Amino acid sequence: MSDASAHVVIVGAGHAGGTAAALLRQYGHEGPITLIGDEPIAPYQRPPLSKAWLKGEADADSLALKPTEFYAENRIDFRPSVTAYKLDRGAKTVALSDGSTVSYDALILATGARAIALPIEGADLSGILFLRTDAHAEALKAQVGPGKKLAVVGGGYIGLEVAASGRALGAEVVVLEREPRILARVACGALSDFFQGYHEKHGVRFELGATAAAFVGENGHVTGVKLADGRVIDCDAVVVGVGAHPNDELAKDAGLECARGVVVDLDARSVTDPAIFAIGDVSHRPMPIYDRMFRMESVPNALEQAKQAASAITGRPRPAGECPWQWSDQFDLKLQIAGYAFDVDEILLRGDPATAKFAVFHLKGDQVQSVEAINSPPEFMMGKQLILSRKPVNKAKLADPSVSMKEVAA
Amino acid sequence: MAKITYIEHDGTEHAIDVKTGLTVMEGAVKNNIPGIDADCGGACACATCHVYVDEAWLAKTGTRSAMEESMLDFAEGVQDNSRLSCQIKVSDELDGLVVTMPESQH
Repeated sequence: MSDASAHVVIVGAGHAGGTAAALLRQYGHEGPITLIGDEPIAPYQRPPLSKAWLKGEADADSLALKPTEFYAENRIDFRPSVTAYKLDRGAKTVALSDGSTVSYDALILATGARAIALPIEGADLSGILFLRTDAHAEALKAQVGPGKKLAVVGGGYIGLEVAASGRALGAEVVVLEREPRILARVACGALSDFFQGYHEKHGVRFELGATAAAFVGENGHVTGVKLADGRVIDCDAVVVGVGAHPNDELAKDAGLECARGVVVDLDARSVTDPAIFAIGDVSHRPMPIYDRMFRMESVPNALEQAKQAASAITGRPRPAGECPWQWSDQFDLKLQIAGYAFDVDEILLRGDPATAKFAVFHLKGDQVQSVEAINSPPEFMMGKQLILSRKPVNKAKLADPSVSMKEVAA
Repeated sequence: MAKITYIEHDGTEHAIDVKTGLTVMEGAVKNNIPGIDADCGGACACATCHVYVDEAWLAKTGTRSAMEESMLDFAEGVQDNSRLSCQIKVSDELDGLVVTMPESQH
């Protein structure tokens, strides 16, 4: 497809959708672009919501991907506060909540993922919050401050970032995690221990192996989280960070193959319908370096797939294969993660966690599958290259921080 | 406000007025200028906003932080005048700044 006059409709105006619209223009697409978003504001960056924005170090302008006037200036028909509810692949139309219908030549689904709610008693009390959107972040910001008690359900990265920002704002923070350790699904034990220790040093309290059984409240507002063991953890507000579910219903209902996300190829194109692409959190995509398909929730992935779809639509060559990565900021820690720890048979520590500067390498044989780097950019940057190149590494050198990463990779 | 000239690797020039307080990276991204990816949005986590600062402006744009230094150490095509543009804050002092983009941001 490289029809300069084609109408590209993008459903979802998050980081992925907004970037795809801008890239289409950057790549010279001349035809109409319609960008449909269910939030009232133009595409913005979500990562700062739990970090700089929450701490008051970033404002709405700095969060915006592009200035408001960008969309009109670039002939992008941005339609805020509108939901797409029906996709008709035969007629190539999308029906919208404002009563209108748009026709497309190419359709990009960038509908993202939504926070999973806890299906427990009291879940409808006010003060039980999530963190996906700027509206969520506004609500949270209003609830945290000196002396306020904040309970975070879920010891994943979002939960830990909220905990760190909550402490920075002077709130008392307790993290409730169902598993025996935090970050259980995404990191190794050494990293879990390190983050828990670092957060505790900064005054965050942890309840591990703690299942939230119910929320308790007074006058409609939450006052505590009741645990399965009967204890009640007092709080003024709760943030629930227990994962997200892809918004793939529109695609599923239209008969597109989905597997917790819309199944796509290396161009981010649906394997069912060549006129449709799916990018970002809603996409279930191939990742050749791991020889498998999966769904990722990260900004770098959203950007990469926006590039893939925009390239395919404008007839540009497919972008070179990438190494997936993500980052997190908590207190003064910079965590950079490259790759995913699939098929790992050995975990190798480089550096000393006690110094808050170390990296954890996940190996399959003598190949690097992923690296988690704490305040260690060289390990991250070189790890990324090693993951992509599949080049075997000398483990003895890798484990020795006195050997530079350049020498390790040489 | 400062006028900043961004020069793509192929020589295409973009002269843009950038608001004081934004970073040189934000000036490029918000104006959809090709060649600066800025995957992490300015967290100094990705090294995809690498630019070459015109020699005449090196002193005024300041020095690399330790984090920036070690990120740049592993970027492609690094030169003495390489900077991560997310780490350069725009001020009136930088009116007239010229930066050039590398061939790729990987």
